[in-house]
Amino acid sequence: MRYAGIDIGSRTVKLAVIEDGRLVLSRKSITSHNPLGIAHELMEGVEYDRVTATGYGRHLIKGHLDCPVVSEITAFVRGSRFFSEDCESILDIGGQDTKAISLDKDGNLCKFEMNDRCAAGTGRFLEVMATVLGFTLEEFSLAALSAKRAEKINSMCTVFAESEVVSLVTQGADRNEVALGIHKAIISRAAGLLKRVAPSGKIFFAGGVALNGCARSLLEQETGRPVFVPPDPQIVGAVGAALVASENI
Amino acid sequence: MADYTEMWKSLGIDIENHNALLAGLGQAYTDIFLSQKNRPEGMKYFDFVMSEVHGLRIKEIVDSKAQGRKVIGSYCVFVPEELVLAVDGVAVGLCAGAELGFEAAEALLPRNTCSLIKSMFGFKLGKLCPYVESCDVIVGENTCDGKKKAYEIFRPLVKDLYVMDLPQTKSETGRLVLKEEYRKFIAKLEKESGKKVTVHSLKKGIEIVNAKRKAMIRLAALRAADPAPISGLDALLINQVFFHDDPVRFTDSVNKLCDELEQRVKDHKGVFPKGTTRIIVSGCPMAVPNWKLPMLIETSNAVIVGEESCVGERGTRWLTEIKGNTVEELLDAITDRYFNVDCAVFTPNPSRVNYVKEMAKKLHADGVIHYSLQFCQPYIIESGQVEKELEKSHIPTLRLETDYSQEDAGQLKTRIEAFNERLKRK
Repeated sequence: MRYAGIDIGSRTVKLAVIEDGRLVLSRKSITSHNPLGIAHELMEGVEYDRVTATGYGRHLIKGHLDCPVVSEITAFVRGSRFFSEDCESILDIGGQDTKAISLDKDGNLCKFEMNDRCAAGTGRFLEVMATVLGFTLEEFSLAALSAKRAEKINSMCTVFAESEVVSLVTQGADRNEVALGIHKAIISRAAGLLKRVAPSGKIFFAGGVALNGCARSLLEQETGRPVFVPPDPQIVGAVGAALVASENI
Repeated sequence: MADYTEMWKSLGIDIENHNALLAGLGQAYTDIFLSQKNRPEGMKYFDFVMSEVHGLRIKEIVDSKAQGRKVIGSYCVFVPEELVLAVDGVAVGLCAGAELGFEAAEALLPRNTCSLIKSMFGFKLGKLCPYVESCDVIVGENTCDGKKKAYEIFRPLVKDLYVMDLPQTKSETGRLVLKEEYRKFIAKLEKESGKKVTVHSLKKGIEIVNAKRKAMIRLAALRAADPAPISGLDALLINQVFFHDDPVRFTDSVNKLCDELEQRVKDHKGVFPKGTTRIIVSGCPMAVPNWKLPMLIETSNAVIVGEESCVGERGTRWLTEIKGNTVEELLDAITDRYFNVDCAVFTPNPSRVNYVKEMAKKLHADGVIHYSLQFCQPYIIESGQVEKELEKSHIPTLRLETDYSQEDAGQLKTRIEAFNERLKRK
């Protein structure tokens, strides 16, 4: 049997297919203004027996695919255990939200917290800041890693932080140091969220921001805990949804 | 509904905006309440009350005024209805549950003010609430800092604002403060109404309110059954109507509904299938028409079986013991009753979390959702301790913070669904 999971996130749509307990296919695409269309495109030609949807667009697609849905939280809980058998703490920094999740020894969901309603300190925040500084996302992470010290960024609101960054740059601050300051700001906030929910042990780091090398090393420094990033941190939710599909009988 | 335009005009209501409000409210009511399945027959009375919430009930109130009865409005469960009834007054809880007139409110209040307070201003400034406009006296109370400072700004906006002080500790002096404040309130009511509070009138007031609360206690207990005989939304609605309906007729209607629910329980009939995830909502009050969170919960495969809230058991769970043969002794009894109320403005406030635990046990709840209004410091700060204490007692708890807007419905739904998934795996 082939089980599919589709994760319609705010910035990216992800698809994963599982067969005989192995990940056999994964695809992703930018959500754009038409998440439903993108989802259909991703699923084109993909064969599966059952599918489950997750992500903020899960209820949107539910009517179209006539499939069950599962919250992102549960999808991450299941998906994380697929990549890391003993995972007990998850940090997911996605396009528009941040989640901290704790699991018990058997892999059941214990506690979770999410950021507030705005995109403060999420992937979207990093994107906007990279653009302000004239970097691509890849350059942005490398620039931050190359800095010896960090400028302090006080605001976590995307709008306020943008003006803060602009004013730092006009005052002649080093671009790389500002980049590091931005990374530090979001990681310190996310680490705080994680500490409230899952205070110790290895961190399973997922979501688009986990692709960022600077974010990964800062998370290790900030928490003093080992950080594990799965081969593709963006598809954890989709894999989790596929696993849920394999259980729904 | 009959045409009440003239009545509303005479009260100074902004007819055009008020019509828009009623149309929106009617639509929301249809979508949220009438669309529910397996509702008890007895809800028809409350549907009728809601369809006439600004119509027939206001007419009754206006008619009472014509007969010389005074209308006393309030925003808090610390204002004793017994005392109002003892001078033959009409007590009404005032609307503060919708995101209306917030722009006007924000001209007078900081943006970082809770929705309840903003709504209280919004309804008044927008001339949208016929209850507020019918009041001879509006009673404010020094509960949280937000409300107590807001009443200073509210005073010039209304005809007669009377502010009652409240203690913040459950100490002997605290109790004394409450009693003296109630004594002063009696003097105010007597002056307004020209009527004396007597042993007879006070006993009668206590009996009426006790009967009303007894009916609510009966309703609360019936919700322990699985399947739940009534939805949380409907039960919340009854708790909301509690504040503005005629108390005797209300009591009668709740008791009739409870007769029906008792039969349902016997027949193992309910609104959701047996085994549906059972939730208690604890925290800030939900004033009419604030139905957002219960609607999200009950459309996520869960049923609400209790409300630990001022619009819920915190407002209804104690009765006043009718003991003594002087007004002074009855005043003591009323003080004792209200001094139990475990609002988060009290410090420390252990009885609240203890009661949530008791409710979880009595009502066979799977988990608790703690609801705080954004910027409501007492409840938000207390929520951390509540969560810790409940989790320690193996009662899964989810803390949510929101306001009256609809923009966070998606985020809330994700959290609620995930929480329900956690409960199902237990």
